[in-house]
Amino acid sequence: MKKIEAIVKPFKLDEVKDALSGIGIKGLTVSEVQGFGRQKGHTEVYRGAEYTVDFVPKVKLEVLVEDNLAAQVVDTIMDAAKTGKIGDGKIFVIPVEDAIRIRTNERGNDAI
Amino acid sequence: MQNINTGDTAFILICAAMVMFMTPGLALFYGGMVRTKNVLGTIMQSFIILGIINLLWMLFGYSLAFGPDKFGLIGDLSYIGLKGVGMAPNAAYAPTIPHEAFMIFQAMFAIITPALITGAFAERMKFSSFLAFTIAWFIIVYLPVAHWVWGNGGWLRNLGVLDFAGGLVVHASSGAAALAAAIFTGRRRGFGAEPIIPHNIPLTIIGTGILWFGWFGFNAGSALAAGGLATNAFVTTHIAATAATVSWVVVEWLKGGKPTTLGAATGAIAGLATITPAAGYVSPTAAILIGLAAGIVCYYAISLKFKFGYDDSLDVVGVHGVGGILGTLSAGLFASAAINGAAGNGLFFGNPSLLWKQALGVFVVVGFSFIASMVIFKIVDKLIGVRVDEEDEITGLDLSQHSEVGYDLSGLGGSAGGFVTSGAFDVHPSSQVSTASTETP
Repeated sequence: MKKIEAIVKPFKLDEVKDALSGIGIKGLTVSEVQGFGRQKGHTEVYRGAEYTVDFVPKVKLEVLVEDNLAAQVVDTIMDAAKTGKIGDGKIFVIPVEDAIRIRTNERGNDAI
Repeated sequence: MQNINTGDTAFILICAAMVMFMTPGLALFYGGMVRTKNVLGTIMQSFIILGIINLLWMLFGYSLAFGPDKFGLIGDLSYIGLKGVGMAPNAAYAPTIPHEAFMIFQAMFAIITPALITGAFAERMKFSSFLAFTIAWFIIVYLPVAHWVWGNGGWLRNLGVLDFAGGLVVHASSGAAALAAAIFTGRRRGFGAEPIIPHNIPLTIIGTGILWFGWFGFNAGSALAAGGLATNAFVTTHIAATAATVSWVVVEWLKGGKPTTLGAATGAIAGLATITPAAGYVSPTAAILIGLAAGIVCYYAISLKFKFGYDDSLDVVGVHGVGGILGTLSAGLFASAAINGAAGNGLFFGNPSLLWKQALGVFVVVGFSFIASMVIFKIVDKLIGVRVDEEDEITGLDLSQHSEVGYDLSGLGGSAGGFVTSGAFDVHPSSQVSTASTETP
């Protein structure tokens, strides 16, 4: 099993989700996150005083898949989330030791 | 009671209610501009003033400000506990409404003035030391200044200094105290280094709307009678607010920035503060010029804190102090006997002496309030310490001073902890359990 973590631009979330549904992914977890990378933060101005805000809002998706699907999921996320501009985000692929569905006690690939 | 005019009385009572509404409005105006962790601490400072200062006003404040004069400096204690302040008019102040109506209208001014100062020491003052400062300032600064400028026999009033609705008594005095507060309490941790930005500007906009609405009661009500003068003050107030809203936004846009919502709201308040001392003395045309000037002058005034390094957190000095001074001097320029015969003309209508009187009023009120505020801060700091400690400041005033938080956006609804009962909240867990158990099948 692999966990695929993708940090993408918030407005791309729907496209990524639809694309993943299209290849048969049945579940994922989403969180709103903030961070910085090569994309700079932005400037805010209050009563004439400028402030730089370093952290940029992003969305993090976590998808658990069988090993043989990982490459396809990565490609699908890349296609859907890409704008070609700086700040498109990153994808991490992480090996997962086990997964358990709490309701049924199923384990491993059955629990995905 | 044959002298009572029912129209005037109805008008002043409604105006008093409108001015009361300004203090919770100010609480929201300020509350939106601080960080999430200080929203309640900031709101509470204005709200508790509504309680405490009103009680002090009833007990002795009104008497010291408006009681029979002693040496032009202070009222005596004739009206202590509102003794003799009844339904018959007090002809020296307002001959057509009950004395009690004048007293309650003035109470609302006494309340909002110290509340204005709280913006200068926002996010870092202990609740106890804030209370001590506020009560001392109200007694030592507000009551004498109100008497000098508005009291029958007050020495500035006798000199002919004009202050229609509180440019000196309310805005310049609180602005000078705010400067002392910002200098004395020191900067917030991280000021100038990390972004300390408003957490809820929509809250500030709601507050602005309430303040603007209440300001009609503040300024028009200061005519103390329903009629032409009140109408003129109403109109000049609205004109100045709108003109300053526009001029502030134009300046920040022209300077290469973007037109901001907070700028529009701040401009409106600057215009309202600036027209306050002049509202009943100047024409609507003059109000346009005063308002436009207010937006531009106050915009530049608030940037001074970065130049000089004092942390006037919510710009009380730049908006209320500078606005109050600008408006008081504007009355010396634009006052017209055609608008208010009792006041006479200003410089632009051939009477330069009024401008000098206005300047003297500014010098006296600002100087007195600043020095007295510094002394009060020094004493309060010696006795109980002015600032919260580092940990409390980082935690925020809401939790450290009041044991509550403004927003629970966790979605857990507080279920991530336990309920601790205390003597004051002595609920009976056993009865709750039995109720729950009957619902369980």
